[in-house]
Amino acid sequence: MKEILADIDSWQQTGKQVALATVVQVYGSAPRPLGAKLAVSEDGAMVGSVSGGCVESATVQEALEVLSTGRPRLVSFGIADETAWEVGLACGGTIEVFIEPLNW
Amino acid sequence: MAELFDAVAQAIRQDELCAVVTVLSGDKIGGKLLVRRERKREAGGPSFAATGSLGDTALEQAALAHAREAMEARRTTRISLPVEEGEWELLIDVHVPQEKLVIVGAVHIAIPLVAFARELGLKTVVVDARPIFATQDRFDHADELIRSWPEDALREMKLNESTYVVTLTHDEKLDTPALVYALDHPVGYIGALGSKRTHAKRVAVLREAGVSDEQISRIHAPIGLDLGGRSPGEIALAIMAEIVQVRNRVKETGR
Repeated sequence: MKEILADIDSWQQTGKQVALATVVQVYGSAPRPLGAKLAVSEDGAMVGSVSGGCVESATVQEALEVLSTGRPRLVSFGIADETAWEVGLACGGTIEVFIEPLNW
Repeated sequence: MAELFDAVAQAIRQDELCAVVTVLSGDKIGGKLLVRRERKREAGGPSFAATGSLGDTALEQAALAHAREAMEARRTTRISLPVEEGEWELLIDVHVPQEKLVIVGAVHIAIPLVAFARELGLKTVVVDARPIFATQDRFDHADELIRSWPEDALREMKLNESTYVVTLTHDEKLDTPALVYALDHPVGYIGALGSKRTHAKRVAVLREAGVSDEQISRIHAPIGLDLGGRSPGEIALAIMAEIVQVRNRVKETGR
């Protein structure tokens, strides 16, 4: 968390909306632990990580939708389904990510 | 808005142990609670205070109890709380400050002590004003080597419960001011090298400097668990073992 605070600060100071994604469940071996974070600004910039690279772009997409609806959501990423191969975790783990607007 | 996040950011920046509870599902989704330890301690351990809201008082009480447990275990956890309409899914996100060992005195014992501390996940800072001791060669394995008077170096640091301070110089001019300064802060451990006799002399000097007996009693001296060792490595191990004991006792009792 500490390492992403400076970027969040600078985004908020320029009046940008920010979404926060947090790893809230880890099944099997996943590259980032429970509580790992990725912050996304309304223009799609990101800082931090939830997976070490594989699901970051999908998380950014979800985060932008969260910012437009204003509602948090719980998203699961893994190798459980066909499309997941594209966003899937190379290590074969599954993670659940909670994405919320940073308005609290 | 953003007030709670500002408080979270501030706690994290200050390297304070805290937990952020988030409701992950249901109609209270996105509810937040920041849990911190209060400075004042009641009998029976520290108290925990929550700011923010989960939108339900009973839920907040339960969340606070779980947050306290997670903070004491220093572990982020996901929990389900049974309620009438099913379950509440919560994340208790514990922010653990980086533990740091500040070694005053770049002496022989400090070399293996840095190695042991690193192995146990502590950040290591070695401080000594004497250039002949504080060489990069000897302390290449330390995270930081500061060549200045210990007291000056300590003033530049954040000293909190995750900071452990040991003085090893055997030189009153270096050790005593550092001890006086450290004792004035809520550091998690303070140890001073020296025999019982040396320590008795030190206590007299500290009293003269206006340090209270209660504060003086926080100093672990003679330093380290009694392992019966004499070599620098054995003494370093005894010191590290004592720090581990103190830190684990904190986890058990929440103190």
